[in-house]
Amino acid sequence: MSIFADENTKVIYQGLTGSQGRYYGLLNREYGTQVVAGTNPKKAGTDVEGIPIYATVAEAKEATGATASCIFIPAPFVKAAVMEAAEAGLELVVVITEGVPAHDEAYFFNKVKQDFPGTRILGPNCPGLISPGKTNIGITAGHIAKPGGPVGIVSRSGTLTYQALYELQQKDIGVTTCVGIGGDPVPGTSFIDCLEAFEADPETKAVMMIGEIGGSAEEEAAEFIKNNMTKPVAGYIAGVTAPPGKKMGHAGAIVSGGKGTAAAKIEALEAAGALMGENPTEAGELMAKIVAELA
Amino acid sequence: MDLLEFQGKQFFASYGIPVSDGDATTSVDEAVEIADRVGYPVVVKAQVHTGGRGKAGGVKLAENADEAREHASNILGLDIKGHIVEQIWVEHASDIAEEYYASFTLDRSAKQHLGMLSAEGGVEIETVADENPDAIAKIHIDPVVGLTEQQCRDWVEAANLNPNATEGAVDILMKLYTAYVEGNADLCEINPLILKPTGEVHALDAKVSLDANAIFKHPDYEAYDATQPRDEREKAAHEKGLQYVGLTGSVGVIANGAGLAMSTVDVVNQVGGAPANFLDIGGGANAEVMANALTVINNDPAVKSIFINIFGGITRGEEVANGIIEATKRVEIDSPIVIRLDGTNAEQGREILQPHLSEGLLMEDTMLSAARRAVELAK
Repeated sequence: MSIFADENTKVIYQGLTGSQGRYYGLLNREYGTQVVAGTNPKKAGTDVEGIPIYATVAEAKEATGATASCIFIPAPFVKAAVMEAAEAGLELVVVITEGVPAHDEAYFFNKVKQDFPGTRILGPNCPGLISPGKTNIGITAGHIAKPGGPVGIVSRSGTLTYQALYELQQKDIGVTTCVGIGGDPVPGTSFIDCLEAFEADPETKAVMMIGEIGGSAEEEAAEFIKNNMTKPVAGYIAGVTAPPGKKMGHAGAIVSGGKGTAAAKIEALEAAGALMGENPTEAGELMAKIVAELA
Repeated sequence: MDLLEFQGKQFFASYGIPVSDGDATTSVDEAVEIADRVGYPVVVKAQVHTGGRGKAGGVKLAENADEAREHASNILGLDIKGHIVEQIWVEHASDIAEEYYASFTLDRSAKQHLGMLSAEGGVEIETVADENPDAIAKIHIDPVVGLTEQQCRDWVEAANLNPNATEGAVDILMKLYTAYVEGNADLCEINPLILKPTGEVHALDAKVSLDANAIFKHPDYEAYDATQPRDEREKAAHEKGLQYVGLTGSVGVIANGAGLAMSTVDVVNQVGGAPANFLDIGGGANAEVMANALTVINNDPAVKSIFINIFGGITRGEEVANGIIEATKRVEIDSPIVIRLDGTNAEQGREILQPHLSEGLLMEDTMLSAARRAVELAK
């Protein structure tokens, strides 16, 4: 099984008529994702390579029975796009766009949680999710992931997510679902949400978790692992040697006031029983060991 | 984006928060004119992006024009922790009865806004948090609802400020929350927030950090972006639109993606080297971006070797390889380059690079071996 999305998930691409949306929307369709519609109020009635464009998410959902959307809308319009998807009753809203203001994220996270509790937001500023062999919603290169299981992946960083998928593929290890939660201050889906879903998924037998400096999401995940996870976890934290006060690319990746350091995160995760690698390759090797022992 | 004190005070003033009458200047003569206008005594304050100004002699009280002139000329040009003072702020000195602390920031863990208020101001809030955590009254604010006046009143009461300060504090905190939200701030902090003997409440300092992602809502923030502290290397990278952070070592680092770039910096350290920088060239790796990145790194005199660490995702290995070769043709590079190329079509990419390899362009199979090689070459 996979978490959050599978081969039956019908997806609307908000921003399918833009260059990024079109490029990745078509790549995702090629992979096997059910890309059933796009939205653009000015281009309703047209199509992108056979994918119909509707004026609104509600109309697209009505016409296609879609339950998910993938957002490639420019940052200034993301808040409205997320609310439109939630109001239309979608269950999963994947926000690829980077550069969304933190206050917008804080607003739509809380608004959706309160008024549309059935909607899950993933991102913003994330690579999306891939259930290898079934569906790929976002910008991950599909062919670097081996379908099947037994590993689930959750990561805060894009390229390190790809690196993790690739390391496992090289070791002939399959993945149930790989979720990129994104590097922004208010991610719609947290490490814990993913760990909980992987723990409940019978096909996922072990979880690989990739974090980075900043915030306390990894420490909270460690607490969850300690108290709620029966499945083994291997992981890696980027930014061990990052100087305090310097933002390392991601809006969330900053060590401030001695908090959010890699050392603290690694210590918390190790105390929770996770095996932590010093680099992505070592984390992949640790996961290979875990998988070998599962058999 | 961190604002200088005077920018923060002007930002506060634009939301109606009372700040001291003053102005910023780069000249001694003008400093005296400002002092004459706002009335003595005045405080002359260095405007730099670092703390510890007072200890470094960057904050001085002047009773008259002669003193104002003396302090202004001493402080302008002063070196405070490597920051040369180019600008000073001159304001009318305030009488202080009590000093408080107030701030709004985003609590990423709670995913709500966090307000902190303390009767123990004027010192570092981290110190108060460590030594006397009960002295800080905290509230969480739902971004959907915002801060209500009743909530604000209860909060002020919980902080045990002098009762004379209640009305003034509620007024300032409501305005500060508006500034924080409408201004898309990551942090709005007043330390100290003062109660004057005459009963008014007043922001004596301003620490403001704004969300650079919100520039589209506030085109005037471009001006703040221009005054961010950046060294020469960071300035050059910023102009090219590169995600660059200057570090102090000798191994130049280029990687695609923030996570991988951070990881590369880590690995260079782990094998006993010291990275000269963090540089994320983003998802793709075309010749132009690569050439820009190599130019910035090559201009750093501390760099002795360059480590290019690329993971091909959607961008295929052969495109990355061609981009690197094209870039090295465009830019004359003084240091040896070590490439690690992995991911999609890495094999094809490596084949393309093979005939171009030399003493100045090396290739390694793994991130670790490439890091070791680059570190050796930097010695």
